Amino acid sequence: MAKIYSKKQLVSSSMKPAAETISFLISYSKALSIIKINNVNFEIISN
Amino acid sequence: MAITNLPDALLVKEYVAGNEEALSALIKRHQSKIYGFIYSKIPDKDITNDVFQDTFIKVIKTLKSNSYNEEGKFLPWVMRISHNLVVDHYRKTKKMPLYRETEEFSIFSIMSDDSLTIENKIIADQVEMDLKRLIEELPADQKEVLVMRMYQDMSFKEISESTGVSINTALGRMRYALMNLRKVIDKHQIVLTN
Repeated sequence: MAKIYSKKQLVSSSMKPAAETISFLISYSKALSIIKINNVNFEIISN
Repeated sequence: MAITNLPDALLVKEYVAGNEEALSALIKRHQSKIYGFIYSKIPDKDITNDVFQDTFIKVIKTLKSNSYNEEGKFLPWVMRISHNLVVDHYRKTKKMPLYRETEEFSIFSIMSDDSLTIENKIIADQVEMDLKRLIEELPADQKEVLVMRMYQDMSFKEISESTGVSINTALGRMRYALMNLRKVIDKHQIVLTN
């Protein structure tokens, strides 16, 4: 069979992150609240 | 207007105001570009997912702590964050290189399992037993020196002290012991290899 010498295209136009990554980010965002007290940020992650 | 049609700046405002849907819309809109950008720098899907995740964790934290100012555009800002994380990734791996298995590269080419397989262990035991039998056949004085040197790991000085002979005699006995072993091995064509 003929060998393909051209470089493999690394970035295809339909590249997407894993579904778990997206769902983690959305849940993380919902759980996270940041409170600023005297120039100090407190991060609170609720369950 | 549906949330998906809002421009980035408005979505950011919505999100800062507490509308979580706005974040989903922003991620959905830009995920391909950002993921593709990271993957073009780090051609590994798992690591790209990690960097993508870290990028948005930074975005979320910045937006939630009201530290984001709409000076530039949202996408170039996120790209900048991901670019910095890619640089961080390469800095980390330079200090501690990570080897991953690919089609051309097998991790086992630089790493091997030194423990013997069952078959090799049986062969090694057999060789050990044959060798012990051969040693038993040696004259007593040669056997004594060889056992002390090879099995008890004693120096020739210690051997000479404990047997009461000079170092040269001990060395000579060791030499004759090895010569005799070789002779017997050759004569009977014994294979002592693993």
